[in-house]
Amino acid sequence: MGLTRTRGTQTRLRTALIRQLVRKDLKVKYQGSTLGFLWSLANPLLILVVYTFVFAVVFKSPVPYFGIFLMSGMLLWNFFTMGVSGATTSILANAGLVKKVPFAHESLPLAAIGFAGAQVALQYIVLVGALFVVGLPPLRPELLLIIPALVVVIAATVGLGMFAAASTVRLRDTQHFVEVALFAWMWMTPIIYPATFVHERLGDGALFWAYYLNPMAGPIVCFQRALYGVVHYPDTEATRASGQAGQLLLPSADVSFYLQALGLSAITATVFLIAGLWLFRRRSADFAEEL
Amino acid sequence: MSDAVDAIDRMGLDPGAEILIEARGVSKRFASYHRRATSLKERLVRREESEGDVFWALRDVDLVVRRGETVALTGPNGSGKSTMLKVLAGILRPNEGSVDVRGRVASLLELGAGFDGELTGRENIYLNSALLGVPREETDALFDMIVDFSELGEFIEYPVKHYSSGMYVRLGFAVAVHVDPDILIVDEVLAVGDAAFQRKCLNRIEEFQRQGKTILFVSHAAGQVESLCTRAVLLERGQVLFDGPPRQTIKRLNGILGVDNIAMVAGEMARISDFAIVDTGTDEGVEEFTAGSSARVTCTLTIHQPLPEDARFSLHINAPGQSDAVAHVSPNWHVVSADRLPVGEHAISWQVDEWPDMPGDFSLALGVFLGPTLIAAARLDGLRLSSGQVRHVPGTLVLDGTTQG
Ligand SMILES: Nc1ncnc2c1ncn2[C@@H]1O[C@H](COP(=O)(O)OP(=O)(O)O)[C@@H](O)[C@H]1O
Ligand SMILES: [Mg+2]
Repeated sequence: MGLTRTRGTQTRLRTALIRQLVRKDLKVKYQGSTLGFLWSLANPLLILVVYTFVFAVVFKSPVPYFGIFLMSGMLLWNFFTMGVSGATTSILANAGLVKKVPFAHESLPLAAIGFAGAQVALQYIVLVGALFVVGLPPLRPELLLIIPALVVVIAATVGLGMFAAASTVRLRDTQHFVEVALFAWMWMTPIIYPATFVHERLGDGALFWAYYLNPMAGPIVCFQRALYGVVHYPDTEATRASGQAGQLLLPSADVSFYLQALGLSAITATVFLIAGLWLFRRRSADFAEEL
Repeated sequence: MSDAVDAIDRMGLDPGAEILIEARGVSKRFASYHRRATSLKERLVRREESEGDVFWALRDVDLVVRRGETVALTGPNGSGKSTMLKVLAGILRPNEGSVDVRGRVASLLELGAGFDGELTGRENIYLNSALLGVPREETDALFDMIVDFSELGEFIEYPVKHYSSGMYVRLGFAVAVHVDPDILIVDEVLAVGDAAFQRKCLNRIEEFQRQGKTILFVSHAAGQVESLCTRAVLLERGQVLFDGPPRQTIKRLNGILGVDNIAMVAGEMARISDFAIVDTGTDEGVEEFTAGSSARVTCTLTIHQPLPEDARFSLHINAPGQSDAVAHVSPNWHVVSADRLPVGEHAISWQVDEWPDMPGDFSLALGVFLGPTLIAAARLDGLRLSSGQVRHVPGTLVLDGTTQG
């Protein structure tokens, strides 16, 4: 056995550790409970039914298949919040490990994010199933938008998650602050309302583009374009009454718009990532002592 | 592996062998627990920790360990042994000095370190070896050997939260010695296992020595240190007091600890001797207890002069490095009238009904007071408490369709 390990080997071992930690979390969460596992899949379906009922039937929202529209972005947001909150508490939750075993601490927030990813990925599979059932199969070239969108979301989640994880060790208040901030943040992101609502109010100047500096705004409109894909309001009684028939529902029909929005989100996500890695690296050697 | 390295391995104690652990001028400081600010408000209110609240657990420690050496770290409780191991393992960052460790390290620092109670023994083997940096395929190949060594049998399929402390050690040690480390770092955990398993671990350590591996462990057992180690280091109050041949180190250690770990205050008026903790059933001396078990603390109190007033007895448990008692054996004060304590020898026996659930190393202190004046006291180090926690999960056994009462 060599005394020094190459960078490649180290990365491979670290990935193996993260996988092992994710597996541990999944096992602890769903141990011996198939029901628990099914519930995590049924949960988004249930939300889908409830929201469709509330918005389409009660509020008569002109957005067709409102539940599907909502889920396309909401699940991605769920990944972000679950990932960030999980990462934030990951060091505290694994205090026993950090205090007693030497290992690369990055694995903990990354595993928390991986855990969120594994659950949300399954929920997206359910959503795609639902898309086929209601007759909106997402088989279009824009589907590829989800790849760069995921890269941006992961960068933002890892960056913010690592930053919050490192600060929470010292300042336990951080975790509560993060919860509140995420809640407020959700309402600033076009998940429950289409981004066109915002566009109408911000005009098409600098303010309009500044909106997409929200690192989640770009990826979410990409997911809506890719999965939901209803670009214009259909011509129905409701939309005619509100004068929206034929108007844009999603921000644009043009792929280049989504790439630009994503680019802006990527700027903030990169800043998050750099700040998160920087703070985490700086602080991690002291974690064992501060827990 | 090159021939040159092999040759060094075979030579064993070559003074010129490659240095694997090198610590220079290491100091480690802790802020006392109550001074740590963990909320934003506290942070703002009190920006700097004052110097008076810090405690140096290690002061200017040098330690060099070469390939193939087996080094014991000894010293009284609270002398900084565990802190030193944590610094070397990379868990704690020294405030001063430098630490350089070359090679794959397997460490066994605390009971159950790296285990998740909810997972089975099998799953924990994978988790633990992933933490130690072992690829999954390698663990697959070692799995059966690890289980064999641990002697856990079918318990390997049960969640480890149901394990006893002995079972924890067996599993932890089994993983640590099978992952082929260059350096093995073991804290006092071994003492928890039963004698047969300890023997097996020592055999394994000897096998490691033959393979030219480097071992650093904490032990107070004179026999173990002398037979196993090439060198022993004595720490006291965070400083290296002596670093040399095991026999000499042990001699100095005994010098510090006093005879058999017992420190006694002999006053003019009274004196305590034969301070011991014995098993309630067998009357034999015991040092280790699980939470909830009972014991008897015995001593001989010799009164030299007639006592002018009633005596008050206090028995408490101290943690290393802390001045206040962490637990009192109730009642807090036991008053004994003076006429029951005439001049002469008295056999004292104090029943401890239930040891508290606070795992760790402690010392037991007995004090006899007249008013505010301490007239006799004794301290017994090396009291070891472990968590005997066994969780109860409600359940029902059904046999042939009928519930068993
Ligand atoms: N995390 C910590 N915070 C504050 N004090 C600590 C901490 N860890 C250890 N200490 C103190 O440092 C001293 C040395 O502890 P330790 O290294 O565990 O001693 P040993 O293993 O030799 O018994 C003790 O007085 C202990 O109370
Ligand atoms: Mg110790």
